[in-house]
Amino acid sequence: MAPNQAHTSRKFDEEMSDLKSRVLSLGGLVEKAIDSAMMALLNTDNEMAELTIDRDKAINALEVQCDDMTRSILVRRQPAAGDLRFIISAIKVVTDLERMGDLAAGIAEGSLRLGEMPDGPKSSLSAMSDLVKQQVSRALDALSRGDIDLAMEVIEKDNAVDEMYHATYRELLTYMIENPRRISAYIILSNIAKNLERIGDHATNLCEMVIYIIRAHDIRHVDHEAAAALLKEE
Amino acid sequence: MTSNLVTKPKHTDPTPPEADAVSETPPRDAVRPPRKPHLEASRRGGRKVEKAKVSVRGLNFFYGEKQALMDNTLDIAEGKVTAFIGPSGCGKSTHIRTYNRMYDLYKGQRAEGEILMDGVNILSPEISSLELRHRIGMIFQKPTPFPMSVFDNVAYGLRLRGNMPKSELEGRVEQALKDAALWDQVQDDLHKPGTDLSGGQQQRLCIARAIAVEPEVILMDEPCSALDPIATGKIEELIEEFRGRYTVVIVTHNMQQAARVSDYTAFFYIGKLVEFGDTDTIFTNPRKQQTEDYITGRFG
Repeated sequence: MAPNQAHTSRKFDEEMSDLKSRVLSLGGLVEKAIDSAMMALLNTDNEMAELTIDRDKAINALEVQCDDMTRSILVRRQPAAGDLRFIISAIKVVTDLERMGDLAAGIAEGSLRLGEMPDGPKSSLSAMSDLVKQQVSRALDALSRGDIDLAMEVIEKDNAVDEMYHATYRELLTYMIENPRRISAYIILSNIAKNLERIGDHATNLCEMVIYIIRAHDIRHVDHEAAAALLKEE
Repeated sequence: MTSNLVTKPKHTDPTPPEADAVSETPPRDAVRPPRKPHLEASRRGGRKVEKAKVSVRGLNFFYGEKQALMDNTLDIAEGKVTAFIGPSGCGKSTHIRTYNRMYDLYKGQRAEGEILMDGVNILSPEISSLELRHRIGMIFQKPTPFPMSVFDNVAYGLRLRGNMPKSELEGRVEQALKDAALWDQVQDDLHKPGTDLSGGQQQRLCIARAIAVEPEVILMDEPCSALDPIATGKIEELIEEFRGRYTVVIVTHNMQQAARVSDYTAFFYIGKLVEFGDTDTIFTNPRKQQTEDYITGRFG
């Protein structure tokens, strides 16, 4: 992604841009899955939940397709430098995206088991899912544009997701104490909140790969300030 | 990615968790712990070599009026393999040929600057080119066996150095052929012409001839471009064996070969050394756009 010039082999260019758009469309499916899973939950819409679970198959299929394309480029082109970093990242990014899809399907399954959605925690869960959806969409934008500033913003914002998860969890505990007959429902909801939190983590993984693609720095497991300082260095 | 995130369940588990469910804090594995700083991994890749065998300083080279090398400065690491890459005409072969003063043979060609081998400037006329070529062996693109027997080919350089007892000569020829992984195939045909061997064997014969005089540096100018992949693999295997024993410099058009065999890589373009660094860095994260464009196949 880094170099602007085209490859001498036009076919190679086509393969790379095909792969990139395929990865991004996988991202699009995942965004849709999270959205519809949360709609199913908040509106107690079982049909929507079933649909979300069913659509996960398309996500899985697209993951396999992306991996096939990556494998073919590796074998035929022996990519180097920026191309190589993009290929390595594509392998990881599709895994993250597929997991996000699974987590969304998990939310839909939880929604089916839950039955009627209690009103109490609705607004917290809805706010949390809004933030997570925003994180995912910005992570995909960062990937699409190779925007490392946006990627860093998303990584930093993950703390807010974590805090929201803690708050939601405590809120759900209160409901359990107040209404012990519905404990199992609140536990389902707490698992759903946990899925959202994990989707947020995968979004930060995506952003870490964006930074690897563009700057070749591996900032996984590096704290935010150090990573930001590293990126400013050059 | 933290370890607790690696083993995530495929779907939300709707069955109630055990003790965790009533604790005041979320389940322990839910939120990633704070990240620890460790930046070394992302700062890898130096441009300095540990110990320089050859230090090139401000090297210019001229074919008559035409300047072919511009101010090349780099260090060749002792006991390591350094690859020179770049498009045709970039100066990589010209550069390598200054190390043993091949240009002495041609009128009008001259080098300026310094090439220090163990601190001594080998461009100085006080250094004899014969002596120099004993210390710095060279392998060419096309195998160049002399029109004589396999044995005499390998013994040639040793005989140039003066008299040597026959038994010692035979021992050294045998050792050189063994080191060049050719002994098993030629031990019964030592007196057949070297030119009767296959291309790959001829190239290994030239390598045996070069190492028989125990050089310190081995220069290889496209040593595999006339060979098939199996013969190429054997030469690369030899280069691997030489690591630590000899200082190897290889010029290659095959970037995968440079990536496979070398510790350091230098990229040349129109007579200039564009970038030098450890091979992993050059092939994953080159600093210069020109290098990136060349190794990713974007060069016009």
